[in-house]
Amino acid sequence: MEAKSSGPISNALQRESKVVDQAVAAPSEGYLAEEPISKDKLEEKIAVATPRQLMWWRFRKHKVALASVVVLVIFYLLAAFAEFVAPYDPEVFAASAKFVPPQIPSFIDGNGQFTLRPVVFGLSQERDPETLRVIYQPDESVWYPIYFFVRGQPYEFWGLWETDIHLFGLGENAEEGTLFILGSDRLGRDMFSRILYGARISLSIGLVSVFLSLILGIVLGGISGYYGGQIDNAIQRVIEFIRSIPSIPLWMALSAALPPTWPQELRYFGITVILSLIAWTGLARVVRGRFLSLREEDFVLGARLSGTSEMGIILRHMVPSFLSHIIASLTLSIPAIILSETALSFLGLGLRQPVISWGVLLQEAQNIRTVALAPWLLLPGMAVVIAVLAFNFLGDGLRDAADPFAR
Amino acid sequence: MDNQSTLLEVKDLKTHFFLDEGLVRAVDGVSFTIQRGKTLGVVGESGCGKSITARSILRMVRPPGQIVSGEIIYHRRTNGSAQTELLDLTKLDPTGPEIRAIRWKNIAMIFQEPMTSLSPVHTIGDQIIEAIVTHLDVGKKEARDRAIEMLRRVGMPQPTKILERYRHQLSGGMRQRAMIAMALVCNPELLIADEPTTALDVTTQAQILELMKGLQEDFHMAIMFITHDLGVIAEMADEVVVMYLGKEVELADVDTIFYNPGHPYTKALLRSIPRIDEEVDKLEVIKGTVPDPYSIPAGCAFHPRCPYYVPEKCASPEFVKVGSHHWARCARVAEINGSFAHMRQ
Amino acid sequence: MLQFILRRVLMAIPTMLVISIVSFALIQLPPGDFLTSYAATLAQQGDTIPPEQLEALREAYGLGQPLYVQYFKWMRGIFRGDFGRSLEWGMPVQDLIWERLALTVVLSGATFLFVWTLAIPLGIFSATHQYSIPDYIFTFFGFLGLGIPNFMLALVLMWVGFAYFGQEVGGLFSPDYKNAPWTMARVWDMIKHLWIPMIVLGTAGTAGLIRTMRANTLDEINQPYVETARAKGLTERQVIWKYPVRVALNPFVSTAGWALPELVSGSTIVAVVLSLPTVGPLLLRALLSQDMYLAGAIILLISILTIIGTLISDILLAWLDPRIRYE
Repeated sequence: MEAKSSGPISNALQRESKVVDQAVAAPSEGYLAEEPISKDKLEEKIAVATPRQLMWWRFRKHKVALASVVVLVIFYLLAAFAEFVAPYDPEVFAASAKFVPPQIPSFIDGNGQFTLRPVVFGLSQERDPETLRVIYQPDESVWYPIYFFVRGQPYEFWGLWETDIHLFGLGENAEEGTLFILGSDRLGRDMFSRILYGARISLSIGLVSVFLSLILGIVLGGISGYYGGQIDNAIQRVIEFIRSIPSIPLWMALSAALPPTWPQELRYFGITVILSLIAWTGLARVVRGRFLSLREEDFVLGARLSGTSEMGIILRHMVPSFLSHIIASLTLSIPAIILSETALSFLGLGLRQPVISWGVLLQEAQNIRTVALAPWLLLPGMAVVIAVLAFNFLGDGLRDAADPFAR
Repeated sequence: MDNQSTLLEVKDLKTHFFLDEGLVRAVDGVSFTIQRGKTLGVVGESGCGKSITARSILRMVRPPGQIVSGEIIYHRRTNGSAQTELLDLTKLDPTGPEIRAIRWKNIAMIFQEPMTSLSPVHTIGDQIIEAIVTHLDVGKKEARDRAIEMLRRVGMPQPTKILERYRHQLSGGMRQRAMIAMALVCNPELLIADEPTTALDVTTQAQILELMKGLQEDFHMAIMFITHDLGVIAEMADEVVVMYLGKEVELADVDTIFYNPGHPYTKALLRSIPRIDEEVDKLEVIKGTVPDPYSIPAGCAFHPRCPYYVPEKCASPEFVKVGSHHWARCARVAEINGSFAHMRQ
Repeated sequence: MLQFILRRVLMAIPTMLVISIVSFALIQLPPGDFLTSYAATLAQQGDTIPPEQLEALREAYGLGQPLYVQYFKWMRGIFRGDFGRSLEWGMPVQDLIWERLALTVVLSGATFLFVWTLAIPLGIFSATHQYSIPDYIFTFFGFLGLGIPNFMLALVLMWVGFAYFGQEVGGLFSPDYKNAPWTMARVWDMIKHLWIPMIVLGTAGTAGLIRTMRANTLDEINQPYVETARAKGLTERQVIWKYPVRVALNPFVSTAGWALPELVSGSTIVAVVLSLPTVGPLLLRALLSQDMYLAGAIILLISILTIIGTLISDILLAWLDPRIRYE
C-alpha cells in the first residue's frame, strides 16, 4: 500500500464539509472549548493547589503519621510540664516503699462501691519466703482518694516561680499513702515522676543535636554540592573518613573522654555535640546529592540566565525544592540520636546521676535479678520505644508526602 | 471471513479495573479480527484502552484488573499442518503453562519504551537467548547463533558485540531493534506492537517502520500496531480500529478510514492533523478533554465533545454496519454522512 | 576492573594511616592516663599508692613521654607485630583480643547468616503479596524491630527467660564450661547459649532488612522490563527472581561489606547486658580504665575492618551492577 498523500484526504474532507453543511443539526463554530475545562470542583481544586497544600493533603492520608504527631505532642507537653504533672519530686525517696509495684487507680473503692473520684489502695508488707525481701501488695482495706490540682511537694515551675500545685496527688493523705502509678525503684522513688523528668532530657537532646547537625549538614553539604570540584572532593573525603570510624566505639571513646569533673550541664552539652558530630554526615550527603542533581536542572539555568545572584538561586530556587526531604531526613535522625543517648547513658558513659534521662533510669535495670523482682523498672524503655516509633512513623509520613513521585 | 486466514478473533472483550476509587471500564466491548500476515492498526488517544486490549490478549492484565466477559479466539495451527484448533484465551489460567507456551512463541509483544522494557542488569544476548531456550528446543550454541542471526536481520551493526552489551550502552533506535529481534526470534504468528515508535525521533521511526514491514513479509507475520499517530497508521495498517474510552467507535480498512470516516471522532482526529497542502493559522482541536475514567458520560461517551450531538437520538449508540467492511458506533452516522451509497467503493 | 580495585586499595592506605593517628588521639583524650584512673580506683577502695611508686610505674610504662613519641613507639611495635601489653590485664594485647575475637566472629557470623537467609525471602514475599495479612505482620514486626533498642530487647528476653523459664541466660557458657578446654560438649553448651544473643542481635537486623528488601523489590516489580519477562512466557517464579529481585539485591550487596566491622563491634551494648565474652565489652572496659594499648588496638582493628569492608562493598557492587562499571 502506498503512502497516502494529502491530496485524496483533502478531497475527501472537502466532500465531507459539503455533506456536513447539509447535515440536519449545524455544529458549533469551531471545536475550541468555551467553558472551563472541568466542571468538577475537586479536579479544579487539585489543579490550582500549591505544592505545600498537596503535601498536607497527602500527609493527612497517613493515619499512622497523624497519630504519631499526636503522641509526640503529648510527650513533649508532658515533658514541658513535668513538674506540674508529676505527683512526686523525682529525688524524694522513701526507705519504706522500695520496689512497690505499680498502683493502678481504681474507680471502685474497698467496699466494692463505684466512686467518681479515683482511689488508690494502700500497701501491705510481706516477706517473700525465698528471698526474704519485702514485697508490697495492694491492701484493699485501706484506700485514699486522688485529688486533682492538689497541693503537694513544692517546686519551681521552669525555675521561675515557686508553687506547689500538682495535677493530681493524695493531698492531705500524702504522708500516709503512696501514689506510685508506675511503681517505685530501689530507693522508693516514684517511677512515673522520674520518667516524666527523664523525658525532658531524652527528648530535648534529640532536638538540640539534630539542630546542630542540621546546620553543619546543610552548610557543608550545600557547599560541597553546589561548588563541586576540589571543595566537594575534600569535604567528601572528610565525610567518608568520619563514617569509616565505627560509631559505637567512637561515641564510647568520646564520651569516656569527657572529664568526670565537668558539671552535668556541661556534660549534657558535650554529649549533644558528640552525637551531632556523627549525625551531620548523613544529612550532608543528602543535601549534597540534592544540590548536585538540582544544579543541572533547567530552572536553575533559567534563573542564572535571568540574572539572579548565586545566593539568590540557592535560597529562592534550590532550597525550597528539597526542603521537604530535609525535614523528613531530620525527623528520621532524631530517633537514632535518642537511642544513642539512651544506650550511652545505660552503659554509664553518657549522662550520670543525678541527671535523669531514660537511659540513666534504665541503668537500674541492668541486673537481671532486680528486673525479675521489679519488671516495672523496664518502663522507661517502653517510653523510648514509643517515642522512637512515633518519630519513625512521622518521618515516613513526611517523606511520603514530600515525594513528588508518590501516587 | 476466510477461516484459514483468520488468526485471532476478539469478541466483545470487556476488561474492567476494580479500584478503591471506583470501577474503571478500561475495555468495554471491543471486537475485531486479525488476519494472518496482515496489519491491524489500533488508534486512539491516551487512556482509551488500546494497551489494555493488547495485554488482555496475552492475559497479562493483573489484579485489580480482569477480563469480565468476551472471548479471544486464537486459531492455532497444529504442527505446521493446515489444521487449526480454536483456543479461547480468556479461559486459560493467566499463570498456567498453556498461555505461557503461547506467549512469545505464537504471540509476541514489543513495547513503547525499549530502555525500560529491557533488563538493566542482563546483557542483550542474555535476554534474547532466554527467549529462545524457553520456547525452542535448541542447545546453547545454536541459540547463540540464532540470536546473532536475528540481530543481523534487524540491521544491528556488529551483532556479536551487541550480545555482550547492556541496554544503557545502546542508542534508542538500536534498543528498539534489539527488542524487535528478541520478539521475532521464536517466529511468532502475531506481533503486538504497543506504540513502538512513539519514543523515537522521526528518522529512526521511519527506519523502524521500514524494518517491520520487511520482516512482516519475510516471516508472514500478522501485526497488531497500536499507536496514536495517524501518519503511522496510514503507512502500516491494512485495517483500522478507532477506540475511545474503552469502546470501539469505528472499524474499517485503512482507505475507508482516511477517505470516508463515519464517526465524528474519527473525522475530528483527521481534521486535527496538519496537512501539507493547506495553509492554516490554527490547528483544529476537539473541544473539551478526555473525561475522568471514573465518570464516563452516560450514553454515547463522546457526546460532550461531539458537534452532532442530539439528546434524543444519541442515548445509546450501537456498533452498526455502514458499509461492506465498515462499522461505526454512532446513532446518527447515516444522517451525518448522507447515505453512504455514493461513497461505497 | 582491575584498575578500579587498585585505585581503591591505594586510596585506602593513607586513610588507614590517618585512622591510626585518630585512634591514638582518642585514647589520649581523657585527662590523665591509666595510672591516674588506677590510682582513683584504688582510692575508692580505700587503698593508696605512694607517689614515688606511681612515678616509677609511669617511667616503666613510658607514660611520661611526649605524645608523638608514644605514638611512634606504638606504630613501630605494630609493624613488628607487637601490639603492646594491656596495662590492666597484664597480658599481651594480642592474646586478649584473639580469644575473644574468635567467639565474636562465631556469634556475629551465625547471626548474619540467620538474618540474611530469613529476611530476603520474607522481604520478597512481602513485596509480591502486598497488603496481604502476612505482609502486614511483617511490616509491623519491621517497625517493632526499628523502635526497640537492642539492649531493651536483650533485657526483656533475659527477664522472660529468667522469670518464666528459670534459665540463667547470661554469658555464652554455663559456669562449668567457662574456662574448660574445647570439647564437643563445650561447643554444644555454647550453641545452647547462642540462641538468645542471636535472636536479640538478629531481630533488629531482620526487621530492617525485610523492610528494605520489600521496598526495593516493590520499586522494581512494576517496571516495564518485568512485564517483558512475563510476556516472554516465563513462570512467575522465574520472572520475580531473575529480574526485579536481582536488581533489588544490589543495594544490599553494597552494605554487605560493612558486615565485617559490624561482626566485631556491632554487638557491644548487647554483649555488655548479656555478659558475653566478646570484643565489645573488652573495649568498654579498656576505655573506662584508659588501658591505652588495648583500647587503641581494638579501635584500630575495627576501623581497619571498616575500611576493608567498604572496599569489599565497592568492588562487589561494581562487579554486580553493570550500570556502575561503565561510569
